[in-house]
This record gives sequence, structure tokens and C-alpha cells, in this order.
Amino acid sequence: MDVLTIIGQLINTTLVFATALIFTSLGGIFSEKSGVTNLGLEGLMVFGAFAAGVVGHYAQDAGMDAFSAATMGLLAAIVMGTIVSLIHALASITFKADQVISGIVINFLAAGSTLYMVKLLFEGAGETELIAGYSRIAIPYLSEIPLLGDAIFNAYPTTYLAIILVFVSFYVLYKTPFGLRLRSVGEHPSAADTVGIKVNRMRYIGVMLSGALAGIGGATITLTTTGTFSHNTISGQGYIAIAAMIFGKWNPIGAFGAAVFFGLAQAVRNYVQLFAWTQSIPPEVIYMLPYVLTIIVLVAAVGRSSAPSALGQPYDPSKR
Amino acid sequence: MSKLMKIFTGDSFILSLVAIIMGLILGALVMLIGGYDPFEAYSALITRVYGDSYNFGEAIREMTPLIMTGLAFAFAARTGLFNIGGEGQFLIGMTAASIVGIHVQGLPVYIHAPLAVIAGAVFGGLWAAIAGYLKAARGVNEVISCIMLNWIGLYLSNMIINNFALLEGENRSVNIQPTASIAIGWLSEMMGNARVHWGTVIALLAAVFFYIFMWKTKQGYELRAVGFNQDASKYAGMNVNRNVVKAMFISGAFAGLGGAFTVLGVFGYQSVMASSPGTGFDGIAVALIGMNNPFGIILGSILFGTLTYGSAGMSFSADVPPEIVRIVIGAIIFFIAAQGIVRWVLKPFYAKRKKEKVL
Repeated sequence: MDVLTIIGQLINTTLVFATALIFTSLGGIFSEKSGVTNLGLEGLMVFGAFAAGVVGHYAQDAGMDAFSAATMGLLAAIVMGTIVSLIHALASITFKADQVISGIVINFLAAGSTLYMVKLLFEGAGETELIAGYSRIAIPYLSEIPLLGDAIFNAYPTTYLAIILVFVSFYVLYKTPFGLRLRSVGEHPSAADTVGIKVNRMRYIGVMLSGALAGIGGATITLTTTGTFSHNTISGQGYIAIAAMIFGKWNPIGAFGAAVFFGLAQAVRNYVQLFAWTQSIPPEVIYMLPYVLTIIVLVAAVGRSSAPSALGQPYDPSKR
Repeated sequence: MSKLMKIFTGDSFILSLVAIIMGLILGALVMLIGGYDPFEAYSALITRVYGDSYNFGEAIREMTPLIMTGLAFAFAARTGLFNIGGEGQFLIGMTAASIVGIHVQGLPVYIHAPLAVIAGAVFGGLWAAIAGYLKAARGVNEVISCIMLNWIGLYLSNMIINNFALLEGENRSVNIQPTASIAIGWLSEMMGNARVHWGTVIALLAAVFFYIFMWKTKQGYELRAVGFNQDASKYAGMNVNRNVVKAMFISGAFAGLGGAFTVLGVFGYQSVMASSPGTGFDGIAVALIGMNNPFGIILGSILFGTLTYGSAGMSFSADVPPEIVRIVIGAIIFFIAAQGIVRWVLKPFYAKRKKEKVL
């Protein structure tokens, strides 16, 4: 293989891995911009991946073609993620529980309940049955560009959706009244309250959006990478998405860049063994490189974090 | 003694107890919906853990590292830090103990074993101190640096075992020297070869140390003060940054000890792991159930260990998927975190009590 082909494939694989992270970190941004920490992204992804695997399987059994079945799975993941995120919202917004803890609760519930349900639905098996999922779609004309065409314009539909949503999220957050309100309840809830914004309602919306997006993120992995849902379909991607969100300074474009960076780090693993000079490096060094780099970048560039000011604090009107 | 009684009748203890009961009931409901018999399942769980001495010993083995990672999380939490990196600190402590246990030779048991245990504590602590230093010196959020350090710790551990201690042809290290073992041979024999070890005793002592250090010493007072209010502590002349690093070091040392026990007391070798063992994250749950109190954490680890170790028996004799206990644990933490719900459930009882007082 010549170097250009390898680079093209590397970019393509990078986007496959990055897609789930893009969705999920966008979800994290909506929740945290509204002032609610969401450490439950991992669990929400698990629920999304589960819903996509199960519904995708039944839709395919009912005679749908692969694309429609996968889309049914994706929609189910959105519904599932949104519903589960309500647990987090109820505990942390209405009952003013510690937001970090209630996020961890989601992760615990996800690990247990999805596998429990898989075992109920598939007669004791530890994973859902294999489905076809999405296949790559080449965009006409654009995909014929040398190198770039194969690298970027011959991807899964979820990747296109993710990239579109990055810009939609940016527009919604920074150019619409809704976005302004969402950000204001995360920065200064009592000020927002005095001008008539319903703080808790905005926060519920933020958390539910994060549930929906993290659900899609999880579904992406089932529908494009694994084809099944099992206990290790989601293994840490939710936490990486949180890192991508912080890395990207809670900005959709920044999070997108960070997600691509983490995707690249995952993709690189597959190509390390191809060159003689890279074979002498212990593989573990390659594995840990993205995490080391993240820390270095955080130390060097980001410094003091630019998190929403009211992040992590339940809103209590009697204390303003 | 009256203090002890206070713990068991205090508001937070009753709230935890009710949360646990509500969690168990929720688990029972989920089992009923799935078509299982919850009474059969729960009794199978209890029988498995407390039915014979072998399984009892093994259940204690399950609980011991949970005490340590629980203490690790709680110690940091008491000082205002969110140490989600117990996972990585556990692994680094484990690796340090393995290396000392394997490569240091010719020492008597009463020096070698403690040395290996201390190595685990020190390196687990140093691993956590990295996150503490990054927060103190550069303002890097400890949650994100801990997540990163968890992954780095996993791969670094694997790399060290692969390169310096690998057993040829196997996916694990060579065995540790017998002098580094902290297993309790005679007790193990009495309990049908259950893997009991001195780590459990150290874990209980660690909880006592936690209590005394945090609430009875000047250093502990400073750590808590920094946790409550950094600005006020700084104004009072405390070195906030040094306290952050110190808190993370002690926190990580607890987790590192847990890892060391696992190698020195249980397996006698270290596996090359594809993913993190999860003990660090489980410790967070234990700490939350124990309300970040060292003695609560011991109770929390008994509950957590009983549920997880017993779940195997539950699936064996009652055919219930063992994952159900994760739902129960999740529900328990949910109810403990969202105390408003529990208070709402308890409201009628509290109202009654007040009336009695009036009379």
C-alpha cells in the first residue's frame, strides 16, 4: 500500500471512531451549558447502543431493509436516551441531588439493566443478534475527488449527520434566543430567573437533549461498528466524549475537533503495525499516546477551564 | 459507645437504610416483571454468601479492595476533590506491588511483604498526586485528568508486565516470590482454601486511620477546611495547593493498597488486562452508599460485596441474570443521592413522630 492510500483510509477510520464521540460530546455541551454536569453520558450511550441493537434487530426481522431497520434503531436510541436522561434530570434538578452522583447512577443502571433486558429478550444470550446496520454512502461527484473523496465523502450516514449537527448545535447555542436562554441558566440562573426564564425547565431541556444525542452516539457504534450490543460495545467512549467536550471548551466546533483527535488516536492503532519503524515501539505506548497528549494540551493551552459558571449547582430560588 | 449509637440512629443512617430497602424492592419489582421469583433470588444470594465458610471467605476477598477504593474516593471527596481515578491508582498500585513482589529477592517475609504493600500504596498515591499537582499548579480539572490517567495507567501497567515480568506464553506475569505473599495460610485452609489475606485487616485499620487523620489531626482539619472553602483557607494561612496534592496522594494510596492486596493476597500474579477491572468505579458506589464516612464505607462494601458475590449464586440456583444486582446498586445510590425522594416517602412517619413528641 502506498502512503496516500493509507492516509486516506486513516482519515476514513478516524471519522468512523469520531462520529460517536461527536454526538455524545455535543450532548454533553447542551447539558453542561444549562448548568447540569452530566457524567452519565457513558450510561446514556449504553442505553442508546442497546436500543439500537434490539429495535434494529426486530425491525430487520419484520422485513425492513438494512437502512430502514438501522434508522428505526437510531430513532429508538433517541427515545431511550431521552427517557433515561429524565432520571438524571429528576434527581439533579427537581430533587437537587449531587449532579455528579446522579450521573454515576445512570452508568450503574445502564450496565445492569441493558444486559438484564438483553438476556430476557434473547433467551439468556449475552448479546443481541447481529444486524446489518448502516453501510457507507458515497456522495456523488464529491467522492470522486482523489484521496479526499475516499477519505471523507464515502462515509456512514451517521457521520454526515454528526457533522451537520455540529453546525446546527453551534447555531442553536449562539444564534438563537433558545440558545441564549440555555446558556444563561448555566451561567447565572438567578439573573435568568428574574427576566422570566424558567430555569429548571431549560435545564430539563438541556439534559434531555444530552440524552437524545448520547443515545445517538451509542447507537452509532452498534449500527456502524459492531452490529450487535453486548457488555463491551461501549467501553469508555462516554468518558472520552466528556474529555472531548472539556478539551473543546464547551464549544460544538471545539468538541468536534477534539472528537476527531480522539478518533484519530483510536484509528492509528490499526495502522501502527504497517511500518517497520513503528513496530519497535511497544503497542501500549501508541495506545496511551492520545491520553498523554490530552493532559499535555490541557496543561499547556487550556489552563483554567472555561466551564459554565453555575455548572454543578442546583438552582434554589430561595438562595439568590 | 453513645457516639456509636448516634451513628445508627442518626438521620443519615436511617435515610441510607430506607434507600437500601427501596433499592432492594425496586430490584424485586424488576425481577417480577422479568418473570423471576425475587424471594427465591434474594435467598439464593444470601445462602451463597453466608452459607459456607469457603464462600464467606471469598466474599470477604471481594469486599476488601472495595473498602480501599471506597476510602480513596471518600477521602478526596471530604477535601472537595472528585477522585474518579481510583481505577488507575488501583492498577498502578497493583503493578508496583507485583514488580517488588517478583523482582526483589532474598528478603525475609516480614520485610518483603510489607515492602511490596508499601510500594503499592506509594505508587498509587503518586499516580493520584499527578492529578492533584495538575489541578494545583495548572488548574486542570481533576475529573478529566483522572479519566486520562485511568487509561494511561491501564496501558502502562500492561506495558510493564509485558516487558519486565511476563510468564512465557501466558497473558500474565510470573508468580510473586512466596516471601511477598500476604495470604493467611492457616485461615485459608480452615475456610476450604478461600483466598483470605492480611489485606482485609489492613483495610479495616485504614478506615480507622481515615477517621483519626481526618477528624482528629491538624492536617486533617486543614484538608477539610480546604474542601469547604478554598478562599477562607488561604486567608487563614493554609497552603491550598499543597493540601490538594497531599489529599490526592493519600486518596490514591488507599486505592493503590487495594491493588496491591489483589496481587499479593489473592492471585499471586498480575494479568495483562484488556480493560480496567472496575474496582475503582465500584469504590465510588461504595463510598456513596457509606456517605463518605469510613465506617459507613465498611458497611457499604459489605453490602456491595454481598450483592455482587452473591449474584453468581442467584443466577446459579434461581436462574436470575446476575446483572440485576447492578440495577439494585444503581437504585440504592439513586435514592441515597436524591434524598428528597426518601424524605418524601418517610414523611408520614416523621409527622407521626413529631406528634408523639408534642403529646
